[in-house]
Amino acid sequence: MTIDSFLIMRHEILLLAIILLLVAGEIFIPENKKNSMVHLAIFLFGLHTVIGFLPIEEDSMFGGSFHTNDLIHFFKSVLNVGVLILLLISADWLQEKIVSQNRGTEFFILMFSSLFGMYFMISAGDFLMFYLGLELSTLPVAALAAYNITKRISSESGIKFILSSALASGVSLFGMSMLYATSGSIYFNDIIEVIAPSNLTLLGAVLFFAGLAFKISLVPFHFWTADVYEGAPISIASYLSVISKGAAVFILMILLFTVLKPLIHAWENIVYSIALATMFIGNLFALRQQNMKRFLAFSSIAQAGFILLGLITGTQLGTATIVYFVLIYICSNLAAFGVVQSISLQTGKENMSDYEGLYRTNPNLSLVMMLALFSLAGIPPVAGFFGKFFLFTAAASEGYYLLVFFAVVNVIISLYYYLLVVRAMFLRKSDHPIPFFKNNLYMRLGLILTVIGILVLGLYSPLYDYIYELSSVFN
Amino acid sequence: MNLTYTILIPLIPLAVFLLLGIFNQKIKPSVSGYVGVFGLSISTILSLYTAYQYFFVSGKVNGVYQTFVEKTVWMNFTETLRIDMGVLLDPIAVMMLIVVSVVSLMVHIYSRGYMKEDEGYTKFFAFLSLFSFSMYGLVLATNLFQIYIFWELVGVSSYLLIGYYYTKDSAVAAAKKAFIVTRFADLGFLIGILIIGYYTGTYDFETLNNPEGNAILHWASNSFMGLSVITWALILIFVGGAGKSAMFPLHIWLPDAMEGPTPVSALIHAATMVVAGVYLVARMFPMYYFVEDSFTLHIVAYVGAFSSLFAAVIAITQTDIKRVLAYSTMSQLGYMMFALGVSGYEGHEGVGYMASMFHLFTHAMFKALLFLGAGSVIHAVHSNYLEDMGGLRKYMPITHITFLIATLAIAGVPPFAGFWSKDEILVAAFEQNTLIYVIGVFVAGLTAFYMFRIYFGIFWGKETAYEHTPHESPQSMTFPLIVLALLSIVGGFIPFSEFVTANKVGFEAHLNYPLAAIAIGVALIGIILAWVFYKKENDLADRFAKGFGVLYKWTANKFYVDELYLFITKKILFKRVATPIAKFEKKYVDGTMRGIGSKTVLTSEKIKGMQSGRVQDYAFAFIMGVVIIALIFIYIWTN
Repeated sequence: MTIDSFLIMRHEILLLAIILLLVAGEIFIPENKKNSMVHLAIFLFGLHTVIGFLPIEEDSMFGGSFHTNDLIHFFKSVLNVGVLILLLISADWLQEKIVSQNRGTEFFILMFSSLFGMYFMISAGDFLMFYLGLELSTLPVAALAAYNITKRISSESGIKFILSSALASGVSLFGMSMLYATSGSIYFNDIIEVIAPSNLTLLGAVLFFAGLAFKISLVPFHFWTADVYEGAPISIASYLSVISKGAAVFILMILLFTVLKPLIHAWENIVYSIALATMFIGNLFALRQQNMKRFLAFSSIAQAGFILLGLITGTQLGTATIVYFVLIYICSNLAAFGVVQSISLQTGKENMSDYEGLYRTNPNLSLVMMLALFSLAGIPPVAGFFGKFFLFTAAASEGYYLLVFFAVVNVIISLYYYLLVVRAMFLRKSDHPIPFFKNNLYMRLGLILTVIGILVLGLYSPLYDYIYELSSVFN
Repeated sequence: MNLTYTILIPLIPLAVFLLLGIFNQKIKPSVSGYVGVFGLSISTILSLYTAYQYFFVSGKVNGVYQTFVEKTVWMNFTETLRIDMGVLLDPIAVMMLIVVSVVSLMVHIYSRGYMKEDEGYTKFFAFLSLFSFSMYGLVLATNLFQIYIFWELVGVSSYLLIGYYYTKDSAVAAAKKAFIVTRFADLGFLIGILIIGYYTGTYDFETLNNPEGNAILHWASNSFMGLSVITWALILIFVGGAGKSAMFPLHIWLPDAMEGPTPVSALIHAATMVVAGVYLVARMFPMYYFVEDSFTLHIVAYVGAFSSLFAAVIAITQTDIKRVLAYSTMSQLGYMMFALGVSGYEGHEGVGYMASMFHLFTHAMFKALLFLGAGSVIHAVHSNYLEDMGGLRKYMPITHITFLIATLAIAGVPPFAGFWSKDEILVAAFEQNTLIYVIGVFVAGLTAFYMFRIYFGIFWGKETAYEHTPHESPQSMTFPLIVLALLSIVGGFIPFSEFVTANKVGFEAHLNYPLAAIAIGVALIGIILAWVFYKKENDLADRFAKGFGVLYKWTANKFYVDELYLFITKKILFKRVATPIAKFEKKYVDGTMRGIGSKTVLTSEKIKGMQSGRVQDYAFAFIMGVVIIALIFIYIWTN
């Protein structure tokens, strides 16, 4: 191992450097210039995102506990893009509400730490590294969820999150210890060799699965989602629903497709029933929500159910469709959260009924929202359609026709409530519509990025081919 | 031969369409007319240059006209089955380029006068450009699928232009009728295309039409109900062609389409779009000829001959001059169809093919002229009906002379263009099929009769008391008339058989004097009869009409074909089939859906208690979830 070997940790090293720089900045930049911290952080992270796309060699370190390959590398870049967009749409909120209270920098430090944890989590080569990454990615988010210290609901959200996640990681850790007990190793590569479907192994797998299912908010591990999303600042809610969920899906996929692959006959049934439950419960609850954040929370639960359709296959096609779907989902959901963020920031309104007549006063914002919801609902020709279509194809190609049928039923249900918002914006008239306002540069940039994603990702087929090619590594 | 510039021929009208369409409100009407004319002039110049290059410079290799193709792959299905986009040049494509360019340009110029003062002036030119683009695309198509795309596009432009006066109910109804009837026919076309694609593995014209190619050599490999599947495909494709070319019984839309502005009728419903069906059969002629011993060609021949006769008979009794012209168009299209139907492939046997294309060419010129002349008359007297006209020769000298030239041309009087092409068609029919020949000759007489009937009715006959004294149309309208009149005179002298033949090898055609004499004689009889009946105002015609009684009534009502269609669609399809289905749909299908919807909402209402807000409940659910999953999937399912 030479010093060069550390280059495979480029993502991690750079992000750590950014965190340290921000800490230094927090110390040395005088109070009245703290505003510039936001610009600095966004600039540095933008740079990091761009550099992130440079290729990295496939290798492993620390005796195999850290490894990377092209797909993992690509997925880290996807997470970077997501976080960058998230920072862009959060910039105004930070500058207006937070920096004035002199608490800007820790937002970035906490969020980057969480992302740092995710890097390790998805690059993990053993259960220890995985668990450390999981914890590191979760704990800062609890602090972030309680970020609005003046609001009781925000603190409640933070508490609920930390309690639930403590439970989840406890259960998960218990599961890992059982896997260790039956296989005698925590290294993924060793476990693959010896794993066999004994009862204890299966129990361990289920417990372990529950921990990640909590992060993806699959039914019945989803209850925290709506309460936390509603109370947390919108930026954090979107972080949880997009970035955190995406990373958890990715590592769950890796583990199911590699380490736990021999148990596929057990977990495919579990995934099957959880997919059904998640889609139906998520959609049925989303149907009744009035608060936009809760609404998006349940819609994101339902979306997670769709992702399981790719997960159940255990094939290269499944991997490719999941990564592709997550990428599209990041763009679509961030666009929706961005609009909610921008409106909430300007007017403090977060309810669906407040959106009535929005098209007349803020046509551009309404169009972005419409595209985002169409993409989430899967209406062609926006990207979301292709994402869902490929997921369904993957499941159907493995013979899960009934599951695909129920997924289609759920698409129809979801169409109903997504269109409720569109109807409110475009068709309803209101006596007190949200007045016209202009977004700042960062917000506009963020929304434009998401719209480009929604419009282009689905139609640009080389991207899918590229992902498909990368996906061969786990099969 | 360098083809790259030919792609501009369709693209320029497309650009004009987009320009005028997008900036509809911002462009002054006077400018938009010039833009339209200018764009099409360039296309016309390019077309003429292409024709010159093709026919006289580089098209011929060893006495055979070559097919030039330039294309890119658009969609790939298998190694061979793919959809290309590109241009194809062969004799008929180049000839059609000239026809479309010349007529479209004349119509563009003419419309600047005819549509003046109209509110949608810019829109009108935008639609005309869209049509020209689509028609060029159809003509230049390299494969069945491409031709189908443009086939539908001309259908759409035709729909838009027929319904141009969209405040008039009759225009809207006519537009819908045209669209639905032709779409219905196109369904056949589409199925035919799919069958061809499935069984031959290619859409490419060159591959399909190659007499030594797989499609033609192995037509017999699959059969269905006594015929080869390829034959079925060709029949279905011909159904599509019959819809566009208004062959019986799919002709009903064409007379109604006259609701559109007259320049549109001249361009689309006389000269270009309606010949698309003929062009389609000609485009796939080797297939039609070689597959199953020209079985489909016989169908083409008889459908064409019958339509030709049927339309000519109806034309006699109509009083709306545009409708007379519409039925006359249908009749002439029937001529072209049966000419193709009786044609052979090699050398002089292929005279029918050549004659059909020749007639297509000359007919485009003189029929466009007739329509534009009629438009000029309608412009002057503000009516379509013969009874509102009469004695106009004094007021409109140029219209009169040019209309006379066109009438002589369509009646088949030498030396005007129609005589030469019609003569070749009759020669072809005479050599192959006596029945069709007799029908052809009889229709020639009828044509002369009804055309001179309206000619005398418009320009001679009674003096009508006009509210405003009619006057000659402006220069922008008379100029196209003169140009087309010149083409109608000289068009017949083109040695067509040298250029356009089925096997692309030229031959020398000679006038068959006895047959020509018969044709001229019949035409003269028709003209003399018309002269007796309609030259001066008299009641001879009415007396004859009474004498024929029921027959006259049937003819005047177009043999009740429209009523028959209405009966089938309204009384049978709508009442007996559609209404019960609609009821069923509403009650059971909709009802089920509504039930599901309300149940969904109800369920959602019932389960809301699950989300209590207490984190201890959540933890309980979490643990229970793990336990239940573990129990079910580990201890029950797997053991």
